[in-house]
Formats: sequence, structure tokens, C-alpha cells
Amino acid sequence: MLDLIIEHAGLLITIALMVAVLIPIGAMLVWFERRMLGFWQQRYGPNRVGPFGILQSLADLIKILFKHDWIPPFADKPVFILAPMIGAVSVLMSFAVVPMTPNLVVSDSNIGLLFFLAMTSLAVYSVILAGWASNNKYAMLGGMRAAAQTISYEVFMGVSLLGVVILSGSFNLSEIVLAQSELWYVVPQFLGFVIFMIAGIAESHRLPFDLPEAETELCAGFHTEYSGIKFALFFLGEYLGMMLISMMITTLFLGGWMGPWLPPIVWFVIKTLLLICFFILLRAALPRPRFDQLLSFGWKWVLPLALLNLVVTAAVKLWGGF
Amino acid sequence: MSELILFYLSSAVAVIASLLVVTNKNAVHALLYLVVSLLALAMSFYLLGAPFAAALQIIVYAGAIMVLFVFAVMLFNISKEDIVRESQWLSWQGWIGPAALAMVLLAEIVLVIQQPAAVATNTVTLVDARAVGSLLFGPYLLAVEIASFLLLAGLVGGYHLAKSLVDSSDTKGGVDDHS
Repeated sequence: MLDLIIEHAGLLITIALMVAVLIPIGAMLVWFERRMLGFWQQRYGPNRVGPFGILQSLADLIKILFKHDWIPPFADKPVFILAPMIGAVSVLMSFAVVPMTPNLVVSDSNIGLLFFLAMTSLAVYSVILAGWASNNKYAMLGGMRAAAQTISYEVFMGVSLLGVVILSGSFNLSEIVLAQSELWYVVPQFLGFVIFMIAGIAESHRLPFDLPEAETELCAGFHTEYSGIKFALFFLGEYLGMMLISMMITTLFLGGWMGPWLPPIVWFVIKTLLLICFFILLRAALPRPRFDQLLSFGWKWVLPLALLNLVVTAAVKLWGGF
Repeated sequence: MSELILFYLSSAVAVIASLLVVTNKNAVHALLYLVVSLLALAMSFYLLGAPFAAALQIIVYAGAIMVLFVFAVMLFNISKEDIVRESQWLSWQGWIGPAALAMVLLAEIVLVIQQPAAVATNTVTLVDARAVGSLLFGPYLLAVEIASFLLLAGLVGGYHLAKSLVDSSDTKGGVDDHS
């Protein structure tokens, strides 16, 4: 066992570093989002703690760690505790297959893209189980919405990515990045790009698709009963999810780490950060749709478009267009 | 060697989780154990050289079908009384029949394994997505088509059942048409 650990020491260090870097960045995103929202809505946002309010997340973390970690007596205790962990862990696992530079990737797996889809589909359990275990009607409604929304949008997410798979001929994310050396897939796969982005927002329950926690109608939806560190895990999971979707869009459609002059990691960070800003701008700009509008938009518009995209891409590929 | 340990570990998880699915009193907990069992099976598939099947196992079974199951069971509003009733139903006498039948199957498996021709070779061949695809749309095309027909029938049936009924009562503005 020990020789096994020594053999994989480099990998273990990479994993530890990834987690140690990703989680604080996820926490910083909370502050970044609030500042950017403030900027777009012509107010200040949190600017008191430290220079530009940069330590706001740290202050929030200290506050949240000292909160009473309360489990309601009517809740299903084991599932209640399990739910937030599933969310954070499944999102963190997905980062393992994202190639940030040609060398910086934990697992350059041949089924990397499928692994990402698998982990995304497991992340649903966190929200559904949280809603169920809370034994609270608002949480339950949030959980139901989450289940319907995520299953629906998962379908298009998978179909929209198949265009990229057809063009690159691989599920390996590094190979997909290398296949974009001449042309980023956002050009031939523009429809897939837009659909994946919509599905990604819906999967990570970001505004305007945050109906599972729509606070104006459901208190806080699935995490109504959560407090303290468990609530923090949900919160962290959401921001990590936004980061993951941005990284996946960068990898699949925007050429990943590739770009002139600057080193690969810089290009990767720039592209990801721009996408995160776009997600935040969406939150600042768009109102939340009604739940039935969300579902019928998905099934009646996005799914046919995604299928059309797939068929056309396959036909062009067969006739030797690319 | 480490693959072997991992394989037996994940298989053990699958077996134990499946047992807990059957014996658990709470329906949602039982479903969660089923999810764990499916994940362990996916791990076994992966170690046996079928990464594509493993990924599909998680995406389709653990990630989509089981979510629908949990979704449906969640709506039953399981209370303490249900769990008590369930534990009354699950008496030990009920296990005799299934256990005897399972023993027959176990004996058969032992017999089959002992025959020298059926000893599994230790060579793991990698079955990737391309191989699965060309098999599905080559020799097994008929089976795929039959399965898709079945699924289509299910889809049409589901659509028919969920269709909203045409509102035949024509009572607009509180007009009582029974008079």
C-alpha cells in the first residue's frame, strides 16, 4: 500500500493543491460576484472588510463557522447531513478531468467528458435529498423543482456536447482542446455552445434559473432548514459549479489553454474569468422565469435545437466538411 | 494486484449495498443504497476494462433513472407509521422462500465456475466507446431497434396518461347548467 502511495505522490500533491486552490477561489467568487453586481447595479457592494472589501468572504466564513449547526428535530438526520456533502464533492470531483494546461490535469481520462456528465448528474441528489430530508414544504417544493429542472436540462447538456465529440472524435478533454488548434469550436458549434451554456446555468441553479431556491416564493427552497457549515457547503457548491461550467465551456468551445504569447494557464484563467463575469452579468440583468416557462422552453425549444445541431454536425462530418 | 483489491472492494460494496436495499425499512434510504450499489457496479465495470459502460451506468442509471425513482418516492410523504408497518411486513419467515431459491442459483454458479472450460481468463480487454458504438449499430442493430420500440411505446403511454383531460363542463361565469 505504501509503495502505491509513493508511486502516486505527485498525483496526490496535485489533487491536494487543486482542492486547496479551488475552494478559496470559490469563496472569493462570492465577494467578486457581489462587487460586480454592485458595479452593474450602480451601488457599492461589500467594500468595508480589507482593501476593496476583499476579505469579506473570510469574515463570512468566520461568522458561518461559529454559527450553531442546527439539525431540525423533524428532519431525516443522516440524509440531511449527507445532502450538502454530495453537492460539494461531486462538483470537486469534476475538476479532476479539466485540463488547465497541457500538464496540469489530475486525470487525463479517455472518458473525461462522460465523467463530467456523470458527476453533474449525481450532483442533483444533493438538492433533491436536501429538500426531502428537511421535511419542510418549501424545501420539498424546491427539491421537486430541482429534480424536474435538472433532469430536463441534463438531456440537452449531453446532446449539445455530442457535436463537439463528433468533430474532435474523442471524449478526452485534452484531445478536444488540441483539436481546436485551428478553429475554436464556438464557431462551427455555436448552437451547441449556446445550448450548453443555458443547460450549464440551469444545472448549477444560477439565476435566472435558480427556481429551486427562488427566495421570493419558496423562502430559500431546498436549503431553507440549513444553517452553519452545511449551508456554507451548499453555497460553496454553487460557486464551484459556476466555476466548473465556465471551465468546461472554455475547454470545449473556446480552445482551452490555447492562445498566443501568454502562458497556457493565463489564457485558461482569462477565458474562465470572462465567462464567470458573463454569468454574473446574466444574474444582474435577467428576471427569473416562471417554472412552467422554464420547462416548456427547455423541452419545446432547446431540445429540438440541440437535436438539429447534432444531426447537422453529423451529416457535415460524414460528407467530409471538417 | 491493486486492481484486484479495488475490484473486490467495489464488488463487496455493491453486494452489501444491494442487501441493504432489500432489508431497509425506509424507502428513500433503500433507494440511496441502490444508488451506491449502482456506483459500485460502475466501478467494477471500469476495472473490468469497460470505461464507456461504467460512465453510462452512472449517467443513465444512477444519475437519471434513480433520480426519477427518488423523485416519485419522495412524494409519498413517508412517515414513522410507514416504517413501523414496513417492519411488521418484513418478518423472518418471509426470507425462507427467496433464500432457498437464491441457494439453488448459487449452487448452479458454483457448478459452472468449477468446470475448467469456463474459468475466466485474466486478460482485460479495453472496450472503448467506438467499439460499443460499432457493436450496437452492427451485429446488435435489431436489439437496439426493438429496445427503442419498447421505449417509444412507454413514451406514448406516458404521454397519453399525463394528457390533461378536455374540460367538458362549460360553466363560465357561475352559470348553473344543471337547472
